Amino acid sequence: MAQSTTPMEDAMRAKLTEALKPTTLEIYNDSHLHSHHKAMQGVTSKETHFRVVITSDKFKEARMQPARHRMVYALLKDELAQEGGIHALQLKTRTLDEEERQKQKEQAE
Amino acid sequence: MFSRRAFAPAFRAATRATRLPSATAPRFLTPMQMRMLSDDMRQAIDKAVASAPVVLFMKGTPETPQCGFSRASIQILGMQGVDPEKFTAFNVLEDNELRSGIKEYSEWPTIPQLYVDKEFVGGCDILMTMHQDGSLAKMLEEKGVLVPPENDAETPK
Repeated sequence: MAQSTTPMEDAMRAKLTEALKPTTLEIYNDSHLHSHHKAMQGVTSKETHFRVVITSDKFKEARMQPARHRMVYALLKDELAQEGGIHALQLKTRTLDEEERQKQKEQAE
Repeated sequence: MFSRRAFAPAFRAATRATRLPSATAPRFLTPMQMRMLSDDMRQAIDKAVASAPVVLFMKGTPETPQCGFSRASIQILGMQGVDPEKFTAFNVLEDNELRSGIKEYSEWPTIPQLYVDKEFVGGCDILMTMHQDGSLAKMLEEKGVLVPPENDAETPK
């Protein structure tokens, strides 16, 4: 059986896609930037540090950022809890409207 | 910039005093056991969260952060002009129980974590977003935790 070289990323993508139906889902693996970091000693996984950009109207259910982040944390609970799993997770959680507005703002600048 | 009060010894004292006899605790815990937050730990964290108007749970100390996200958070608080007198940082790397306890307490799986007036604000990304959109400055101002403006400062031209 062929094994994915990015099992963690695959699992994240599958879970986030299914639950949030995102219009944008970008997953960046920044683990190589942190492999020297002391907490990573003895960790062989190449998938420990992620940066994820999610745009989903599911976030309309939760206006405040901490609530949105918690939605994502809950979805990735197992991946965060497991030994050698996700160590750091940077999140950008926006609704479609918010993403549009920010893009317009950036273009105006 | 943000030099004093690196680590409040109050928390260590509090946790030590209320800590369960850990010598008898099994060295390796199952995930289920690890997730259980003892009442003692909860009380100790209650105290820690209430120990200053602005409380950061971080890796390392403000002078020598041990993680980039903790470093960024400290820098943001410094840039915002948080009054060091109203700030306390707790180094979770000094206490494994605190490190796992705070995650459970806040229902937040990562460090750093910021509390203002005993209320959970968020982690580094949220801090950064709020720093950029101005809502952090607004909140800190409203909570009265910034360094008071100096009266002898130059008059604006």
